[in-house]
Amino acid sequence: MFDDFMVRAALAGIGVAFASAPLGCFVVWRRMAYFGDATAHAAILGVALSLAFSMSIFVGTVVVALLMALIVSVLAGKGYAMDTLLGVLAHSALAFGLVAVSFLSGIRIDLMAYLFGDILAVSRGDLSVIWGGAALVVALIGWRWSALLTSTLNEDLAYASGINPKREQLVLTIALAITVAVAIKVVGVLLIAAMLIIPAAAARPLSRTPEGMAIAAGLIGMLSTIIGLRAAYVLDTPAGPSIVCVAAITFLTTSVLKGLRRQS
Amino acid sequence: MSLIQVDGLSVRYGARTALSDVSLRIEPNEIVTIVGPNGSGKTSLLRAIIGAVKPLAGRIVQASDLKIGYVPQKLHIDDALPITVSRFLKLPGGVAVADVDYALTQAGVPELEKEQLSQLSGGQFQRVLLARALIGKPDLLLLDEATQGLDQRGSASFYQQIETVRQATGCAVLMISHELHVVMSASDRVICLNGHVCCEGAPALVASAPEYRALFGTGTGGALALYRHEHAHDHGDHCHNHSEGAE
Repeated sequence: MFDDFMVRAALAGIGVAFASAPLGCFVVWRRMAYFGDATAHAAILGVALSLAFSMSIFVGTVVVALLMALIVSVLAGKGYAMDTLLGVLAHSALAFGLVAVSFLSGIRIDLMAYLFGDILAVSRGDLSVIWGGAALVVALIGWRWSALLTSTLNEDLAYASGINPKREQLVLTIALAITVAVAIKVVGVLLIAAMLIIPAAAARPLSRTPEGMAIAAGLIGMLSTIIGLRAAYVLDTPAGPSIVCVAAITFLTTSVLKGLRRQS
Repeated sequence: MSLIQVDGLSVRYGARTALSDVSLRIEPNEIVTIVGPNGSGKTSLLRAIIGAVKPLAGRIVQASDLKIGYVPQKLHIDDALPITVSRFLKLPGGVAVADVDYALTQAGVPELEKEQLSQLSGGQFQRVLLARALIGKPDLLLLDEATQGLDQRGSASFYQQIETVRQATGCAVLMISHELHVVMSASDRVICLNGHVCCEGAPALVASAPEYRALFGTGTGGALALYRHEHAHDHGDHCHNHSEGAE
């Protein structure tokens, strides 16, 4: 069954949707959308460094993404506005990454594959990395779920309950770095943020509890993967962007349905 | 034994000193109110007690097994986060359904259990925050301007609820309020804060203290004077002259 590239692609996409769902909900609730974007951009620098030092790309991207998050949180304490900081770091990391890639003589890499992903080229090895990372992320968020939720509602309430919101923020940052690293192959750097945010946003009108929203986001992400891949096959369109388009249409549908329900 | 003993507490944010050398005690079953102008470090004091800010100097000693219920100043619930009142009260966990019912009843809003948090009115929301603070059956309740955004009737009934809660559970209350007329009638003790403790004592005593009058003016129990004071941002001469950094 794993011999079929379409099956591997679907499994890879579902793995990413699985990890993105609970994480994406927190990204939406905490208004961290740009943070996810910035982490993904920084990942290109990670790819370049991995190739230069012949490390695994997964390790390189995780390390660079974590470093960026660390720099952001240190500088944010020094009075810079968060969106400015993220804008500076995200795009400079991307630019340095692209420049660094050009120094890598002898190795010819397909940059487009990292920017837009190449889900149809996912190997069995990639699949185990994606599912391993996804399981790690879901386990991490599941373990800290209540503490994360309390810190998201209000930091002082968290302190009063004996929770350190800074530690919970770190948990989310680590989960984000891992998700970005495993998702690069599937949707690429430029569309990772879409897989985080769009299913969660589409799930919002359907949910009454935080847990319900995470589950709905997971289902929407998985359905988008399957339908998007099928559409890409039939219409001969690029696979990663097709998945994101299906998710976007789902978002539109649930939003319109909510609007109609409110009117009636 | 005191529930909380604060000794020589100083808190600083960057170059700005919020609190310097503040000492106070809270005894069981008393209602203590902190008054003071904007930026006088009232919120910093409560945040230091719950451990949200690290003191620069001094220490805060809690009675053993002290349970604190905290009602924060303001809390914005983003509409992006769907959550019911009962789920909110159960966070971060280990709370039984019976406790949720008990806390909501204590806070005077037993009917809100199934409502979405983001759909509540201002008054309902404050009651739910109070319920959340009560759910751990606290020995000490901390309220940081809990009636902000409520009209006069709403805040009067909120403070009545606090008094009822104290009588029912025997907890002590430490609260910040801008509404001096409420404070003066409902508190056992008033602490006047302006970066440091200006004066403290029974409400009537504090109201007539020269330090208090220097901050809030004279007449009308201070209620109107406080209002004027808040908008003027000119603190004039202070009750002590060592109040630098408190502004």
